[in-house]
Parts: sequence; C-alpha cells; structure tokens
Amino acid sequence: MKTVSLNLIVLAKQVPDTKNVTGETMKEDGTVNRQALPAIFNPDDLCALELALTVRDLYGGTVTIMSMGPPRAVEILRDALCRGADRAILLSDKLFAAADTLATSYTISKAIAKLGMPDIVFCGRQAIDGDTAQVGPQLAEKLHVPQATYVKEVRLEDGHLRVTKDVENGYEILRIPMPALLTVTAGIQPRPPAVKRLLKYKRLKTIFDLQSELKQKYPEMSKEELERKTEEEARAFAERDLLIPVWTAEDIGANSERIGLKGSPTRVKKVEGVILRGGESKLIPATEAGIASLVQELKAGHILS
Amino acid sequence: MAENEVWIFAEQEDGVLNSVALELTGKARQLANELGAKVGALLLGHHCEALAKELAAQGADSIYLADHPALRYYRTLPYARVICDLVREHKPQIVIYGATVVGRDLAPRIASELWTGLTADCTDLQIGDYDDPFTEKHHDQILYQIRPAFGGNVIATIVGPNHRPQMATVREGVMKLVPADNHRPFQTIHVTPKITDAEEVVEIIERHRTEREVDLRKAQIIISGGAGVGSKDGFDLLRELANVLGGAVGASRAAVDAGYISKAHQVGQTGTTVRPRLYIACGISGAVQHRAGMQESSKIIAINSNPDAPILSIAHYAIIGDLNQVIPMMIRAYRGH
Repeated sequence: MKTVSLNLIVLAKQVPDTKNVTGETMKEDGTVNRQALPAIFNPDDLCALELALTVRDLYGGTVTIMSMGPPRAVEILRDALCRGADRAILLSDKLFAAADTLATSYTISKAIAKLGMPDIVFCGRQAIDGDTAQVGPQLAEKLHVPQATYVKEVRLEDGHLRVTKDVENGYEILRIPMPALLTVTAGIQPRPPAVKRLLKYKRLKTIFDLQSELKQKYPEMSKEELERKTEEEARAFAERDLLIPVWTAEDIGANSERIGLKGSPTRVKKVEGVILRGGESKLIPATEAGIASLVQELKAGHILS
Repeated sequence: MAENEVWIFAEQEDGVLNSVALELTGKARQLANELGAKVGALLLGHHCEALAKELAAQGADSIYLADHPALRYYRTLPYARVICDLVREHKPQIVIYGATVVGRDLAPRIASELWTGLTADCTDLQIGDYDDPFTEKHHDQILYQIRPAFGGNVIATIVGPNHRPQMATVREGVMKLVPADNHRPFQTIHVTPKITDAEEVVEIIERHRTEREVDLRKAQIIISGGAGVGSKDGFDLLRELANVLGGAVGASRAAVDAGYISKAHQVGQTGTTVRPRLYIACGISGAVQHRAGMQESSKIIAINSNPDAPILSIAHYAIIGDLNQVIPMMIRAYRGH
C-alpha cells in the first residue's frame, strides 16, 4: 500500500556502553573513563530507526538518519544505512561540544530546517549515557510540531498518525496531525544489517576520513594542497554516493550563542563516583540463634511489628 | 510577588493526585523555607478543585487551579501552554515536576519554550551558593539538582545559574512524605486557560488503564530477590517471608531479566525507587543501578553467600549464607515470638 511518500528523519546518538562499566573503566577519582568504554548505537535509537523503517516499508518514502557527535559517530550512521536507512547526515563541529539537551535540540532543529521539515521525526526515548529523555520533546517544541513520547506503534489513518503510546499504568491511542515528533520506547526488535548493504557501505567516507587518510599518505604536503586534494576526493566519493555529508555550525546557520557549552543553561557543578557507604555493617551469623536475635532487635526498634 | 515562589506541578489523573505530587510539595516546602519563599502548586484538570486541600496539607501556600474541559486528560500542548503562560506571568524561581511519564513529556517541552535549563530524574534537591567559573559571577542560594548519571555510576550536581525558572524532574519515591497538616491556610488562584486550536490538534482516541500489579513505593517492608534466588519457584520462599512480615516482593534487574519475576517488581535506577522501613536483599549482589533504587531504606538486611558481594557493605545487617536456609530461620524466629 505505497500511496504516499513520507519524508522520515531518525535521530541517533553514539553513546558509551554504560551497562558495561567495570572496575577498569572507573578512574581513581571515582568518575567513569568514557574512552575506556565501547561506543555503541544508543539502544532506544535503534528502536526508533526500526519503527521509521517499518513506516517507510508500509507507506513508502525515505528514511534519513542524522546524528550529532564527534567524527567517529559516523560508525552508527553506517550501521543505520546497513539496516536500511536511505541517507545519512553527521552534525559535527567542535563548537557543538559540551551541549546540554537544550543546546542540542536547538542545533538539531537548525539542521532539520536546512533539510526541510519532514513528515515525522523519530527519536529514541532516551540515551543510556544521560537517561534524560529531554531532547525529543525539546526538539518538538523548537520545530513547533506536536509530540508523542513512549511510542510503541504508529499507523497512518486518513492523513493523520494513529499512535500507540505507553503511559504510567497502561497505554493510550492518539491521533496526531503531521508533521509530528515521536520518541520511541524500548522493546522494538531492530532488523539486522543486510549483508549486501554492508558490502556497499563499508566504503562510505566522511570528509574527516578523507582528510586523515590523505594526511597519512602525503605527510609532506602543504596545508593548501591537502585541502584541495581532500575536496577533490570528496567530490569523487559524493559522485559514487559514498560520502556522508558533515554539517558544521556554519552550514546550518546556527547562532553561536545558542550552541555548545555557551548555549547550555545547565552547568555541571560537581561529579562524584558512587561510593559504597560501608563501615556501619553488622555481621549476623547465619544460625538460628543469630537470626533470632536479629529479629528481636528489629522488633525492639519497631522496624518489625 | 511570585518571583519568590517555588512551584510544583501537581500531576493528577481522574481526580486522584499522583503520590509524587505530594512528595514534591513537601520538598518544595523545605526549599522554600530555606529561601524564605512561598510554595505554589499547579493543579490542572477538570473538576479537580477538591485536590487543592491535599496539596495545602503538604505545604502548598497557593494553588494555581486551571480547570478546563481541554485539560481533563493530560495532553502535552494544552498543559504546556497553561504552565508557560503562568510562569511568564508570575516568574517563580523554581519549578519541579515528577519524573513520571507525564512529567518527562511535559517539562522538557516547557523548558524549551522558556529557554531555561532542566535536569532530569533528580534524586535530591538542595539550596546552595555557586561560583560560575565562566562568568566569575557569584550566585546566592540557587538550586542544586542532584542526579545519578552514566547508568547510575556517578552522581552529578547540576545548576542553572543564569536562567529562570530553575527546573527539574524528580524521581518518584525518593522525597519523604511529610505528615499532612489539614489546618494549614492556603489560597486558591483561579486561572483562565488560554487554549487555542493550535493546542488542540492531538486527540486521545482510546485510554487503557490497568491496576498496578504491585506498588512497591507504598510498601514499608520489601523482600527483594536477585540472580541468587536461582529460579522462578525460588521466589516462592520470598513471597512466604513477605506474607509473614506483611511486606511486598521486589527484585533486582538481574532477576527480572532472567524471567524469574515481572518488571513491576523491579527496584533500581530503571525500576522503582523505594525507601521502606526495612529492605531485605536476598541473593542480590548490589550493582550500582540497584543500590541507586534502595539505599535510602531505613534498615537494610543483605543475605548473600558471596562474602565479597558489594551489597553486604551497604547493609546495616549482613548475613553471609544460603538464603534458602536463612529465610526459613527468619520465618521461624518471627513466628516464635
């Protein structure tokens, strides 16, 4: 039933795998050493991608995957293309660094404005590094579109979205006009990367890849020459559909007061490692007598009645 | 005048306040006392005025009541419209929300419209001074928003020195309920919502609600099991102890992921945060993500056969042994008296 052509955008984040924090990945001051953790596709964002691909497969259209992050975040874009996305864009600029959720949503809204307003924006419910779940609703506001969060299912019904979303003790079905933004809840099984696409997209490059490769190949080359050669290469890759575009703050026309640390109203005052309280523990022998005296003590202290 | 107010969003559904609304009011009262400020509660809905006195009993001075058919059920756009308008008019210095499905949908939408900061899922709020290293400005008495981050592996203190209101969502169950004072005076401020067609574009077609299978937040005694329980049937022994002591059964993520018990029982950062009078951790190693959800319990007993299990060091009473032997001993000891 491919009657409409939907323009779909999926936002994804590359995150440190916080579920695998071990002793070795903790620094001496008790904070986490991000570099020591593997970088992965944020799990909820994979669910968002899957839901977008399902919608595209049902109704027709294109899925664009977009990520804001350092150059290496291109890894998840490549992964998304292999799973079926049609197009990828990386937002990367040192000026974006240390953005909080508000500055991030502003930045992404500018990139979407450059791209043209899609019919649906899909985000994961939350990212495992911050667990804030804020960028989705903030972006919806910046784009002036309605939102639905914790979405499990979406269908098209006479030009509107019919969305099933989780609420505290149950679920609701909403009717929402397009364009709209949906944040997708965990629990949707993403499709695996397709082998044919893996072969095609492993040659994908960004401008960063080309730059560093040329630098390595021609260490003596002047800066101007290197720039010229990089541009030449980039054009050749783009012609073969093998270049992932990288957009900077300038490309998207972002106000420098609104991005990165400068554009972030929140500040991290202090970060502490979680330390075990310890020290006040009382060892109770695992014997009838030991347990009986513990129960007695709890009763005396009105902990047990 | 309201520039000197601390506000809370009083989430309600079908005429019943979410318990987090009462927890927030108590916390706001404490913050307001430190700041010499007043507490305002935002009560949105239809025919819900009766809830005002419950909020007042927890410490609210003013109830901003927006009663309108369009606000009967929670929808993002009308609720955000009303609250943004109220904030612009009255300029409270702090607004806090429960970190519920509704609060996490609403608060970021409002923060974006108001261009102010928002910290998600706080487990504590405090008032303190802040010296901004960037502007070198000193800020008196601002809101410290304290939350676990990085999968619960670190605790971060976040501030929003240059933007008002300072906003945060707060986890359910972490702020202590204060005893209700039904004689506190309060005023109800009737608000006329300005809801236009633009906020009415989303329609709720169906609502489905199920009873909570278990409400751990209300339990005073919780018997929790982890991977060490070993099987689905293994939880029967924990249920028996819970019956005897009059408690509820909880679980760690490991036990839930292993399929021993349903997710509704999960305690921890991705489950329910609890602070019962007594928490008995059986066969739970004590991952950070679990501890984040239970370490505020008044008394903790840990039963574990592994003497190196981290849970033993945060427990008030550590029992190194097999839970299948220790739990029956507890039942016998309790019944014996």
